[in-house]
Amino acid sequence: MPKLTFPRMGESWRTFKMLLEDLGNEVVVPPRPSKRTLDLGVRYSPEFACFPLKILMGTYLETVEMGADTIVTSGGVGPCRAGEYAMLHHKILKDLGHDIKMIVFEPPRLQPLNFIKNVRALNKNRTSIRGIIAHIKRAWRKLQALDNAEKLSHVVRPREITRGTTSKMYRRVLGWIDQAYTTEQIIEAETTALKALREIPQDPDREILKVGIVGEIYVLLEPASNLEMEETLGNLGVEVERSMFLTGWTRDNTWTETTEMMSVKEAAAPYLPELVGGHGRDSIGNTILCAKRGFDGMIQIAPFTCIPEIVARTILPRVSRDYDIPVLTFFLDEQTGKAGMSTRLEAFTDLMRRKKRLQKRHFTLTG
Amino acid sequence: MNKKLGIPSALLYYIYYPFWQAFFNEIGVQVVTSSSTTKNILDKGVREALADACVPIKLFFGHVMDLKNKCDYLFIPRVVCLNGKTIYCPKFLGLPDMIRHSLDGIPPIIDVRIDARQGRLSKFKAYLEIGSYFGAGHNIVLKAYYKAWITLRRYNRLLRKGLNPLDAMEHIKNPNDKELILPAKSNLKFAVLGYPYAIYDSFISVNLLGKLKKMGVSVLTAENINPLTLALQKNCGLPKRLFWTFSDAALKAAHYLFRHGRVDAVLHLTAFGCGPDSILNKFIELEAKQYRDIPFMTLMIDEHTGEAGMATRLEAFVDMVRRRKEACPCRN
Repeated sequence: MPKLTFPRMGESWRTFKMLLEDLGNEVVVPPRPSKRTLDLGVRYSPEFACFPLKILMGTYLETVEMGADTIVTSGGVGPCRAGEYAMLHHKILKDLGHDIKMIVFEPPRLQPLNFIKNVRALNKNRTSIRGIIAHIKRAWRKLQALDNAEKLSHVVRPREITRGTTSKMYRRVLGWIDQAYTTEQIIEAETTALKALREIPQDPDREILKVGIVGEIYVLLEPASNLEMEETLGNLGVEVERSMFLTGWTRDNTWTETTEMMSVKEAAAPYLPELVGGHGRDSIGNTILCAKRGFDGMIQIAPFTCIPEIVARTILPRVSRDYDIPVLTFFLDEQTGKAGMSTRLEAFTDLMRRKKRLQKRHFTLTG
Repeated sequence: MNKKLGIPSALLYYIYYPFWQAFFNEIGVQVVTSSSTTKNILDKGVREALADACVPIKLFFGHVMDLKNKCDYLFIPRVVCLNGKTIYCPKFLGLPDMIRHSLDGIPPIIDVRIDARQGRLSKFKAYLEIGSYFGAGHNIVLKAYYKAWITLRRYNRLLRKGLNPLDAMEHIKNPNDKELILPAKSNLKFAVLGYPYAIYDSFISVNLLGKLKKMGVSVLTAENINPLTLALQKNCGLPKRLFWTFSDAALKAAHYLFRHGRVDAVLHLTAFGCGPDSILNKFIELEAKQYRDIPFMTLMIDEHTGEAGMATRLEAFVDMVRRRKEACPCRN
C-alpha cells in the first residue's frame, strides 16, 4: 500500500491526515521543520530558490526516509514560482534516486479532469461521491476550528498575566481538536477550546498594540519558518492579526473570489492593479485595509528573493506614507537568526508604542 | 507635434524597441532612449531600487532616472502576455507601479496593459489605447502598427542570422549604410542562454559576448534559434511548461541544443536573486547531467561583478573545452 505524505503548513496537517486516512490511505505525517530539515533542503535545492521550496525539499527528504512514496501537493498556474515547485521537487528527488509518485492538484476550475483523476487516485476505499463530499466537509470544519483557535490565541496572548500560559493552553487545545472525529465532536472540541483560551487570566488594562501581518502564505502559516514571530510579538504585548489563513486562502483560490478578497483587490488597485502572483497584491490591499481600521503597524514577511513580495515591498513605502502606518519588512531565509529578528521586533514595537502615546497626548491636548 | 516619449534601454528594449520606434515615429511622436548602461546609471539604479531586487530591475530604475528629465512621457507598458501562452516575470507585471510609487519627479507613465490572452485583437487594442494618448486615430494607428510589425519581422530575421540586437537595430536604422557583417564562423561554438536584457547589455554582462568573440568562440543565443524549432520542443519532458516567456525559451533552447549536440558548450548567464532563474537553472543543470559530452557552466552576475573574475573563469572554461575538442576530434 502506498504511503502518502504532503507539505506541512502550520497545524493544517491534522486535517489533511484525517481526510487522507478517511479515504483509506496510509499517511506519513511530515515532521515539524527543524535544523536538519533545513540542512537537507538547502543542500539539494537551487541556491536562489525561495525559502518554502527549500523547507519543503527537506521535509520531503525526511518523509522519504520515513517510508513515504507518494507526495500529494498543490500546483498552480503562475506567475509565482510556487506553481513549478512540484515539478522541480519531483525532478530533484528522481535525480537523488528516490522513485516517488507525485499527485499534484491544479486549480479545479481550470483543470477539472486533473482534479477528478487525482481524487480517484486518492480514494482507496472507493467511497461514493457523496461520502467524499461528507469527508471534505468534515475536514473543512476541522480546518476552521484550528484556524479559529489560532486566531483567538493571538488575541489572548498579549493580555495574559503569566507569560507562556496561552502557548501552553493552545498546544493542549490543538490535541482536543485533533482527536475530534465527527462534525459534532469537532464543534464541541472547538467550543471547549475557545472557552479554555478565553478563560486564561488576562490583564484588561494593559496597553495593547495592534499589528497586521501580511506576506507570503507559507512563511505566514508555518511558525517554524518565521521563527515563531507571532508568539514573539504576543509576548511583547502586541495583538497580531494575520491577513491569511488556510481556510480563507483555499476558498479564494479553488472556487470563487469572495467579497473579502474583492475589497482587498479594490483597496490595492490604486497602487498595484495587476495580479503579480503569490500574495503581492494582497499584501498591499491588506495594509491599506488595516490602516483604515486603525492598526498601529504592519509587518510584511516574505522569503528571500520572493518576486511578488519584492514588487509589493517596492510600493509599500508609498502606502506607508500615504496612510501614515509604519511597515516593517522581513525577508527570511535559512540564515535568519532569531535574536536579530527579536531585536528588530522590539525596536519596532517601541516605536509604535511611542507613536501611539504621542497621538493620544495630542488628542487630549487639542480635544 | 513635438512630444517626446522616453523608452528606457533596458529589459524589453532588446526585443521590442524596433517595433516601438517604428510605431511611434509613424504616429508622429519623437522617441528618446536612455544612453547605454554606464557605471553611473547602474549606481543610480542601485540607490533607488530595493536592495532585494535583481540587477536588471535595478538597471531599469537607473535608466528611468537617466531619462526622467529628457522626455514628456515615459513608456513602460505592462506586458503580461504576448504569445497567448506564457507570461512575463511578476516584476515585469508590476514594473510601472514599482517605478511610479518609488521614484519622485518622473514624467507621466504610459502603462497600457498588453495581454494577448484576452482575445485576438487585444494587442492591437492596446496600441490603439497608446495611440489615443497622442491623439492618433484608428487609421493612423493601424498603419503604424502594420509598419511596426514589418520592422519587427525584419529585426527578428536579422537576429536569427546571428546578429547581436544592437547591431541589428543599427542596421534597421540605416539599412544602406554598410554591408551586413555576419559573425565569423569559428571552430568553437558556445550557446549562451539567459535573458536578452542581461546577455546583450555589455556593461552588466561584463562584456561576455565580446570576451568570447576575442577568444575565438562563436556564440549562439536563444534568439538566434528559430521559434518554430523551440516550439517543437513541447514541454521538454516536464508535466508543465515554465510560466515565464524568456525562461521557457531558454529551457527549450537548452533542451534542443543538448539533444542535437550542435554546440561545444552551454553557458547560462543568470542574475543574482533572479526568481525564475532559480528554477530554470536547476532544470538546465539536471538536463546537462544527462549529456556528459557537452560541458555546462553557470555564470552569475550582480552589481559587483568584477571584470577579472569573470575573465578568468571564461578563459579557463574555453581552454578546457578547446583542449577537450582537440583531444577527441572525431567526436563531431
